[in-house]
Amino acid sequence: MRNIWVIARREYNHFFASPIAYVVSFVILLTLGIIFGLTILIYSQNSLNGGFGGPPPAPDISGITGTYVFLLVLTVPALTMRLVADETRMGTMELLLTAPVRDWELVVGKWLGSFLFMLTLIAVTLIYPLVLNSLETPGIDQSQMMTAYLGMILATAAFLAVGVGVSSLFSNQFAAFFVTLAVFVILWWLVGFPAQYVQSGGDIFTYLSMQDHFSNSLNTGVINLSDIVYFLSLIALGLFTGSAAVEARRWS
Amino acid sequence: MIRVEGLTKDYGERRAISNLNFEAKQGEIVGFLGPNGAGKTTTMRILTGYMPPTEGTATVAGYDILSESLEVRKRVGYLPETVPLYTDMTAFEYLKFMADLRKIPNSADRAFEVLEMVGLDKRAESHIGNLSKGMKQRVGLAQALIHSPEVLILDEPTIGLDPAQVVEVRNLIREIGKQRTVMLSTHVLSEAQQVCDRVLIINKGKIVAEDTPENLQARLVGSERAALRVRGDADGLSKLIGKIKGVQNIHTAPDGSVEFQFAPGQDVRPEVAKAVINGGYELLELRPVGMSLEEIFLELTREDNTGRRKEK
Repeated sequence: MRNIWVIARREYNHFFASPIAYVVSFVILLTLGIIFGLTILIYSQNSLNGGFGGPPPAPDISGITGTYVFLLVLTVPALTMRLVADETRMGTMELLLTAPVRDWELVVGKWLGSFLFMLTLIAVTLIYPLVLNSLETPGIDQSQMMTAYLGMILATAAFLAVGVGVSSLFSNQFAAFFVTLAVFVILWWLVGFPAQYVQSGGDIFTYLSMQDHFSNSLNTGVINLSDIVYFLSLIALGLFTGSAAVEARRWS
Repeated sequence: MIRVEGLTKDYGERRAISNLNFEAKQGEIVGFLGPNGAGKTTTMRILTGYMPPTEGTATVAGYDILSESLEVRKRVGYLPETVPLYTDMTAFEYLKFMADLRKIPNSADRAFEVLEMVGLDKRAESHIGNLSKGMKQRVGLAQALIHSPEVLILDEPTIGLDPAQVVEVRNLIREIGKQRTVMLSTHVLSEAQQVCDRVLIINKGKIVAEDTPENLQARLVGSERAALRVRGDADGLSKLIGKIKGVQNIHTAPDGSVEFQFAPGQDVRPEVAKAVINGGYELLELRPVGMSLEEIFLELTREDNTGRRKEK
């Protein structure tokens, strides 16, 4: 287990020296800031108009948390593309594979490092709900905020795991980037489409779609066991793919 | 400490190494000599647990490379051919990272210790990307030494170093080789001669010769060679020394010197020198001509082709 931590720590520190990580943080925080501004604007206008004969609805943070997860589709590939692929290209893979480290420890360490980085970013985004909460009494719906943040963390972990898995398959980071992006686009949008057109068995496609587990579920304040299982399975699948790919590389 | 039995590795259709057998004991420095593509790196990668062999087995430090790979990797220090470095880290950070991966207590102290050992303690805080090639090579070597491994496997350790550094690194390797097992690959025969206790020559994935450097050279050459140079015209010189008993195969080299051979243990050079001076020539030089690595390869592969392979 210590190996995982040593590798994760190096990866985490590496992000703070990497321009891509700063660009990703900037894009995410800027976009969320704009959504945050709009949320406040709409809330204040509703307050001025007095709503429709009653107190105005409390500001909702699902717009911010939902946007965050949507942005992951575009930004996580940039974060994970080099994680394993670049080690192969630079020859440092030879160093790690001849060190007393198991293949899966390497992959899990890489994933954990990137996950900790994104958790840092998620911690920064907490400022938006906290400010919204202080704007009014009795404050925002806190249980919805909790489940939305749980969803954000799970979705981040799942996207990163898939990204690490794909990165392990390639020695070219741009190939890893585009394949990861394609997988995310399928997971987020495309896989849910057939559900509307097939007569039976459409549930499977709905279940596979990440939107169904985040936007229609956790982000609305609902926790289903099936959603948790969905995200955990994606994490396991991604990390397993990564470990298998690293091991397969030895035998090639 | 290293025992290799019937090691074979195929890359698809191509056989990179074929049925290698050799041994390296503790306190022995074994040189692995061969042209590019002979299978040196492949063998080293198998012994360090980077990849499994297609057939055959090997034990390193008493552990099987396949079933006890992690134990092997704990005990082996490895410097790959392309030095694996994180260019965005400082030399110190990199070595501390490697020390942590190898679970060394007080990793920071140990990282500094090995930096001193390779003479880079003053550059500890430099980013590896900004170091010269020779320095990078030494950081790579420091990484291989960090856990005081029982077995050290070095793939071309002196490549890219300047002559002073080459001497330093060779001394370092000799020092380490006193207590541990060292295996190093090289193109350079003189390096093998200076550093190694034993040399394995590998060509096209097969070991074609194995002996101490001295024996190997003597055996391969079969006879000793010397070159002779005089001031001015060398006409008639060949005829003159041709009369001396024991002098064979006289020919004139492109640079104007006259080369001849004689049987080992039957040194005719004093007689040749006397004859040359008595003949009225001004003797400038009389030197032994060693057999170069290239010639040894040519020799070995030629014998290989005609099926008269030299046995051990």
